[in-house]
Amino acid sequence: MKKAKSILFYALMFLLSFAMIFPFLWMISTSLKYDSQVFTTPIEWIPDPVNLSNYVKVWTEEPFLIFYKNTAFVAVFATAGQVIISAMAAYAFAKMKFTGKNVVFGLYLATMMVPWHTIMIPQYQIISKLHLTDTHLALILGQLASAFGIFLLRQFFMTVPDELVEAARIDGAGEGRTFAQIMLPQAKPALATLIIFTFIQVWNDYMAPLIYLNTKEKYTIQLGLKFFQSEHTMQYTIIMAGTVCALIPILIIFLVFEKQITNGMVHSGLKG
Amino acid sequence: MAKQAVKRSRRKLKQNLIGWGFILPSLIVFFLFMFLPIVLGFWYSLTDYTGLSKDYQFIGLQNYIKMFSDRYFKVSIKNNCIYAVWFSVLTMLVSLILASLLNRLMRFRKFFRIAFFLPYISSMVSVAVIWKMIFNPQGGPLNTILEQIGISNPPQWLASTTWALYAVIIVSVWKNCGYYMMIFLAGLQNVPDSLYEAAALDGAGRLQQYFKITLPLISPTIFLNLILVTINSFQVFDLVSVMTDGGPGMSTNVLAYRIYYEGFKSMHMGYASAIAYFLFAVILVITIFQFVAQKYWVNYD
Repeated sequence: MKKAKSILFYALMFLLSFAMIFPFLWMISTSLKYDSQVFTTPIEWIPDPVNLSNYVKVWTEEPFLIFYKNTAFVAVFATAGQVIISAMAAYAFAKMKFTGKNVVFGLYLATMMVPWHTIMIPQYQIISKLHLTDTHLALILGQLASAFGIFLLRQFFMTVPDELVEAARIDGAGEGRTFAQIMLPQAKPALATLIIFTFIQVWNDYMAPLIYLNTKEKYTIQLGLKFFQSEHTMQYTIIMAGTVCALIPILIIFLVFEKQITNGMVHSGLKG
Repeated sequence: MAKQAVKRSRRKLKQNLIGWGFILPSLIVFFLFMFLPIVLGFWYSLTDYTGLSKDYQFIGLQNYIKMFSDRYFKVSIKNNCIYAVWFSVLTMLVSLILASLLNRLMRFRKFFRIAFFLPYISSMVSVAVIWKMIFNPQGGPLNTILEQIGISNPPQWLASTTWALYAVIIVSVWKNCGYYMMIFLAGLQNVPDSLYEAAALDGAGRLQQYFKITLPLISPTIFLNLILVTINSFQVFDLVSVMTDGGPGMSTNVLAYRIYYEGFKSMHMGYASAIAYFLFAVILVITIFQFVAQKYWVNYD
């Protein structure tokens, strides 16, 4: 009786998880079909014959390679910039004494309450005053101010014992060296979490590229995918191949760092 | 004595310099891309700024007054409220149920965790593109399945003004519930087993245990999720932009889409800023209300 119940329970769970991953399975299956195979009833999960030409087209005839390069460029520099700026500020907030510290930290945290939609228009105007619209630099700059990153790292730096920092200071290490040689190595897990989060967030970002970029050669992958699918309205197989390509880097990162990502998201709380 | 005081104040000056030096880069970017826009946006909302021409005028609260006679704005509020209610309720329910089920699992935990979290980690654009096809009324897999199980006249989904918003809600719940599930799961894992054992000895059934022990004990987690889910429900944009472009008709126009449209398509940046501040106010009021209301139902011991 108990065993039957448990089998039933697992069956239910597998059914639910199938519902969750159904769209992904359908995407992969469709990307490997010919157009004529798409709308068959019942769904033909493993296409016969398998068609790989959609992928070839996406990489050779379509500008996906350019989208990839652009996105990687923005993601790498935005992540690096955000992490360095956040780590420096977080260290000061966690381990230093200076006038006005709490006021500034409070102001930073308060920005978490403001939705991006509220500031995107003035942000756009500032970027345009700097003559940076339609550049990747605009996208990078827009990612640098992160209260979340500062908060996350500060929480971690607080757990590093003060004695460790004091000892380094007594040994004559300047703040720069204490930060780089004592703090940063201690904070590797938190830094890794922030790097992964920021990278995924920038890679998946759609609205900022949408308002800043005009030239197709500069598109990031999300913006590129959106226009790619509107250019190929009814060509399901090739759109799905493009979507698979847009998703793969994030899926790989997710599968490799699964534990870190899920734990990090939960324990750092906020960040929708 | 005096010498020591000088020394101390010099040390303090040095500390201040180094401290501010470390936060200087963040100050610059926060000033340029957060604080300045917050002030500037509010200023724009009081002007007739188009975004194009350099001369514009201060018009007081006219943009805010205009909003309430603007048909498009009013429709977007209505749509966004429908979206917010359905999205919040369904996401909370589904993620709580999933977490409760997952919490009882002994095996395959990792597999299920990955499966339920996969939609959350994927980009909005890619899932929107996939679902757009799944919803295709002519031969898309969803309606094929619905027809197979005997629903002869399934909805037209994204092509229908009645169903498009609900299609967006379905995708949104599916996409986000994994995240809230993870937070619930962390809350559930903090409930000590001994409580259940004691309740079982007292003869409480499974369901009774769930409602009398589990739910009150995780009420802080429910509260946290409720705050997050309502805040997010007023920021939906990507899905709408890719799946429906606000249509058909005005049926999926939501607040964030309105801001984008007025600001970057119609070039009414002053007016769009007023809507943007309205959005901010809505989120703020709801959050404050929830913090006040939590006293009556959240259990912190």
